[in-house]
Amino acid sequence: MDDASLPDGASGRTVAAPTRREVYEAEVRRRSNRIALISTASVVLAIVFLVPLAPGWEAVQRSFFNGRVFAATFPGLLNAFLLNVMIFAWSAPLIAVTGLAIALCRDTRAPALFPLRLFGIAYTDIFRGLPVVLVIYIIGFGVPGLGLPRPWNSPYIWGTLALVLVYSAYVAEVIRSGIDSIHQSQRSAAASLGLSERDTMRFVVLPQAIRNVVPANMNLFIALQKDVALLSFIGPVEVFRQAGVYKSLYANFTPYVGAALIFLVLTIPATRYADYLMNKQNRART
Amino acid sequence: MTAKLSLRGVRKRFGDHEVCKGIDLDVADGEMVCLIGASGSGKSTLLRCMNLLEPIDDGTIWLDGTDISEPGLDPQPVRQQIGIVFQSYNLFPHMTAAENVMLAPRRVYGRSRDVLRPQVERLFSRFGLGDRMDHYPDQLSGGQQQRVAIIRALAMEPQIMLFDEITSALDPELVGEVLDVLRDLRGQGMTMVLATHEMGFARELADKVCFLDAGRILEQGPPDELFSAPREARTKAFLSRVL
Ligand SMILES: Nc1ncnc2c1ncn2[C@@H]1O[C@H](COP(=O)(O)OP(=O)(O)O)[C@@H](O)[C@H]1O
Ligand SMILES: [Mg+2]
Repeated sequence: MDDASLPDGASGRTVAAPTRREVYEAEVRRRSNRIALISTASVVLAIVFLVPLAPGWEAVQRSFFNGRVFAATFPGLLNAFLLNVMIFAWSAPLIAVTGLAIALCRDTRAPALFPLRLFGIAYTDIFRGLPVVLVIYIIGFGVPGLGLPRPWNSPYIWGTLALVLVYSAYVAEVIRSGIDSIHQSQRSAAASLGLSERDTMRFVVLPQAIRNVVPANMNLFIALQKDVALLSFIGPVEVFRQAGVYKSLYANFTPYVGAALIFLVLTIPATRYADYLMNKQNRART
Repeated sequence: MTAKLSLRGVRKRFGDHEVCKGIDLDVADGEMVCLIGASGSGKSTLLRCMNLLEPIDDGTIWLDGTDISEPGLDPQPVRQQIGIVFQSYNLFPHMTAAENVMLAPRRVYGRSRDVLRPQVERLFSRFGLGDRMDHYPDQLSGGQQQRVAIIRALAMEPQIMLFDEITSALDPELVGEVLDVLRDLRGQGMTMVLATHEMGFARELADKVCFLDAGRILEQGPPDELFSAPREARTKAFLSRVL
C-alpha cells in the first residue's frame, strides 16, 4: 500500500523512482506553493480593485503616476543620477581608507599613542551621534563661508568631506567589531611565532577581520548611495534635486517616483547580495 | 649538566585563582619531558608561561642560563627560541599551508619566499604533506592541519618545542600520524615539553614524566618508575583512571 506510487512489482526499487519521503515532500511543496499563489493573488487583486475606489485616487494617479511626465523626465533623471554615482564613486574609497585608519587608531595600545586612541574614540562618538544632513549643512555651508577662493568653495569638496566624516565613523566601528571578532588564539599563535604586534595586526588579524565585515560594510555603502542625495541641500543638482526641478516645471510629483525607481533598481539587488553574503558567512561559521 | 630550560618557583595566577603554585622543572638539552595531569591542573598555563605567552607572577625561568622571566624583557626573541603548538592548531585560515609556515620567517628573519620555499618544501615532504602545501587549512584534515602547525613552529628553527595536547582534538585514526611527527623530532634530538593524555606515547618516548596536580608538580621521574610505581596516592588515582 505504501509503495502504491512506485513502479509495479519492483521489490528492489528502480534507481530513478522517488522514495516515499520525496513523494510526500513534493506533494507538501506543491500544496504550499498553491496556497501562497492564491493568497498573493487575492491581496494584489484587492489592491488593484479597492485602491482606485478611494475618493482621491484620480488626483493621486494624475500627480504621482503620470505616464507622460514620466516619459518626459526619466532620461533627465537618469542623467542627473550619474552625478550621484560619481559622488559615490569618489567618496566610497575615501571612506574605506579613513574608516580603516580610525579603527586602527582606536585599537592602538601603546601609551605614546594614547592621544590617537582618544582621537579615534571622539571621532566615532561625534560623527555617529549627528544626523548626516546636519553635518552636511554645517560643513557644506560653514567652510565655504570662510570666503575661500575657487575651487575651495566648491560644495562637492565639502559635501564629500561631510559624507566621509560620518560614514568613516560607521565603517570604523564595523571594522573594529571585525577585529574584536577574531579569536584570541589567532593572536597567541602569531605571538608564539615571534611576530610583532604590528605584523600580527597586518597579516593575521586585519585580513580576516575585513573579510568578516564585508556584508556589514556593504549595507553601509548602500546607505551611502542613498545619502548622496542629501548633498543636494548644499548645491549639487543630483537626481533628487533634479526631480524637484521637474516637479516645479510640470507641477507634478511623478519625477519623484521616477527618482525612487532609479534608487530601487540599484539598492534592492545590492541589499539582496549583502544578505546573501551575510547568510553564507553565518552558515560557514556554524 | 646544566639544563636547557629551568623553572624555579614559578607562580601564575588569574585573578584570585592561582594556577601554578611554585613549579620547579628542569629540561635538559635533547630531552623529552611529558606533563600529565587532570584537565584544569595547569598544564597549558605552564607551557604558555615557558614561552612568555603568559607573564609569570613570581619565580624565575632560565633559558640556556639566561633569565627570561625578567619583567619588561622583550618576549619576541625568546619566542623565536621556544616554539609552541596548540591543541586547536590555530592555523591562519586565510593563508595556504605554505604561507602559514613562511609568514614568521619572512617577517621576523627577513627571508624571502624564494629562499624559504625549498626549505619549507623539505619540511612538508618530511612530514608527508608534500602535496598539501598550497591547500588552505579548511581543505585539510585535523591531522594534516596539526602537522602544518608543527611545521610552522619548526620553520622558526626553535631550540625547544612545546606541545599542548596536540592530539586531543583529533579523531582517533588521525592521532598516529601526528605522534609519528613527534617521534621523528625526538629522533632528531629536539628538546621538547609535551602536555599529553597519550600515556602510552609518554611511556614509550619520554625521558621524564611530571604529574601536575592543582598547580603543583606532585611527582616526577622516568616513565617506567612513575607509571609502574607511583609514590603519591593522587598520582595512583589519576593513573588508574586514565590507564
Ligand atoms: N586566561 C585565563 N584566565 C583565567 N583563568 C584561566 C585562564 N587560563 C586558564 N585558566 C584557569 O587555569 C586553570 C588551569 O587551566 P589550564 O592551564 O588550561 O589546565 P590544563 O591545561 O591542565 O587543563 C583552569 O582552572 C582554568 O580555568
Ligand atoms: Mg590544557
